[in-house]
Amino acid sequence: MNLSSTSSSKRQPVVCIRDVHKYYRRGAQVVEVLLGINLDIPDGAFAALMGPSGSGKTTLLNLIAGIDRPDRGELLIGGVDITKLSQVELTRWRARNVGFIFQFYNLLPVLTALENVELPLTLTKLSRRERREHAMLALELVGLTERVHHYPGELSGGQQQRVAIARAIVVDPILIVADEPTGDLDKGSAEDVLNLMQRLNREFYKTIIMVTHDPKAAERAEHVHHLDKGVLSDGEDQERGTRI
Amino acid sequence: MTLLKLVLRNTFRQRLRTVLTLIGMAVAILAFCLLRTVVEAWYGGVQASAPDRLITRNSVSLIFPLPLSYRTRILQMSGVKQVVYANWFGGVYIDEHNFFPRMAIGPSDYFEVYPEFVLTPEEKSNFWRRRNACVAGRKIAEKYHWKIGDTITMRGNIYPGDWSFVLVGIYHGAEKTTDESQFLFRWDYLDETLRKTSPSRAGRVELYIVKLDDPTNAGAISKAIDVLFESSLAKTLTETEKAFQLGFVAMTEAIVIAIRIVSFVVIGVILMILANTMAMAARERTSEYAVLKTMGFGNLFLTCLIAGESVCISMLGGVVGMALSFPSASVFSKKMGSFLPIFHLSYSTLLLSAGICFLIGLLAAVFPAWRASRVEVAEALGHVG
Ligand SMILES: Nc1ncnc2c1ncn2[C@@H]1O[C@H](COP(=O)(O)OP(=O)(O)OP(=O)(O)O)[C@@H](O)[C@H]1O
Ligand SMILES: [Mg+2]
Repeated sequence: MNLSSTSSSKRQPVVCIRDVHKYYRRGAQVVEVLLGINLDIPDGAFAALMGPSGSGKTTLLNLIAGIDRPDRGELLIGGVDITKLSQVELTRWRARNVGFIFQFYNLLPVLTALENVELPLTLTKLSRRERREHAMLALELVGLTERVHHYPGELSGGQQQRVAIARAIVVDPILIVADEPTGDLDKGSAEDVLNLMQRLNREFYKTIIMVTHDPKAAERAEHVHHLDKGVLSDGEDQERGTRI
Repeated sequence: MTLLKLVLRNTFRQRLRTVLTLIGMAVAILAFCLLRTVVEAWYGGVQASAPDRLITRNSVSLIFPLPLSYRTRILQMSGVKQVVYANWFGGVYIDEHNFFPRMAIGPSDYFEVYPEFVLTPEEKSNFWRRRNACVAGRKIAEKYHWKIGDTITMRGNIYPGDWSFVLVGIYHGAEKTTDESQFLFRWDYLDETLRKTSPSRAGRVELYIVKLDDPTNAGAISKAIDVLFESSLAKTLTETEKAFQLGFVAMTEAIVIAIRIVSFVVIGVILMILANTMAMAARERTSEYAVLKTMGFGNLFLTCLIAGESVCISMLGGVVGMALSFPSASVFSKKMGSFLPIFHLSYSTLLLSAGICFLIGLLAAVFPAWRASRVEVAEALGHVG
């Protein structure tokens, strides 16, 4: 393991990636996207994943979040080897354990902010009232109490992303994954979103894995992992890489 | 419930497309209801027929009459309660387009055999008191604005000459299926005139209507009647009123089959339209389905979401179509008037339409739901992220 020597390395890893490979077959051609990834992410960490376009960042994030399957290797998330789960089990596992934040927010346009945040809770045993309370709490956390009855179309990009963050945290997942969460936002809104994510990490001890192209965004993370041509390298390697 | 909310909001998301599909659906169901009602109306006489009535006619053909003397002989048979008779008059009222059945009827217990023709006692007694009296069904009386006391003149074709009648009663049907478009006058008035103009045609009856004590004896008694006249000059053919009416309808069976086929083609077309709408909607929402899946919603939820929307559109369209079919049927009924005298929407048609709407809704959802279930989350989100 090549983790930098911060205090967090002593914490229990919540994500253990062991020798993960991923290929894509395009007709007869096989594209090797991930070539034996090994990575531990400690509980409560805020990790950034950087790398050039096409390096496999999204692919890796999807594997960690259980929406895609590796061709080889183990993925232990919160102690569960998710490569061993059936499709139905995996779907159920995601509902309880992973919160998603996408580049383009991906809120359902026919639901209000509040309803969007409530949506993942309908898969839980919570009562209607409890769902509403949880959702309101999450929206309060992201600072959108004024906008709860607005539809996504009536919100700015930054506001929509904050709703998406509320939706991601409302089920209290062990892991939050974010694929270029600021990729579509202006500087100010990006700041807001990053501040929010940092707060979630620091005050609520949420484990966050964020893919980003933006070095400014990556600075907010405790660790920055670099992916290039399907291989992970630590921060220093990448710095060399950028100098080339 | 979240699912219901999503279904309803999705339904009206593409308002124009939904409305157009709804209109298509409504028109198709309207057409289906009307076509089915036409078929039912075609069989209207069959439905209206009473099980305790037999029809006796000349075994050669309807147009050959039977002697009046047969009545007393049939009446003497056991199990026979009453025997009345009728002749098809034909004739023209003003011009050929005004079609409605005109019958010469007798004797004076005729309306006891046909209790579904409701007349006041006064109207009945006036009818039997006045030789050239006539009664008409409510429908034609309304159509031609006849009032009691009016003189109505018909040009005869089967029975030549001008025939004048005085309207003494307007009957209405006791049942929904009762034909309210008949024009009835007295057989003895016809017979009396014939004695003067063409005596050879007098004293003849086309149909005997035999009322039984007990409908379960229908088979035995009709056979017995035909046996009774087997060696007579005019042999008879006796059948239940229902069989008699069915015989009429059978002549036009091909048309009925064609109408039935068309009504199901209409359903097929609307299924395609709805399936197309649903496929378009589901395709646009691929990334939403992917997001729902990432959040942990399963294929069952997505299937319910799509099928719910599809059934919602089809049922809404169906309800509108069925609602429209009531006024349409009544307009249709007025126009068709006496060609299809019993033209009303039946429960079974409405129930069938509702069932078909529901089924179409489900069927139209099959393909999009299958596609949604196969959406690979990582791949679909790749299109977005
Ligand atoms: N479904 C797929 N089928 C075939 N190849 C794929 C598929 N998904 C990704 N790839 C390939 O895998 C490689 C990595 O893709 P990935 O989306 O993980 O890159 P990325 O690092 O997220 O890039 P970006 O920064 O542009 O988002 C790319 O070469 C891509 O073409
Ligand atoms: Mg990517």
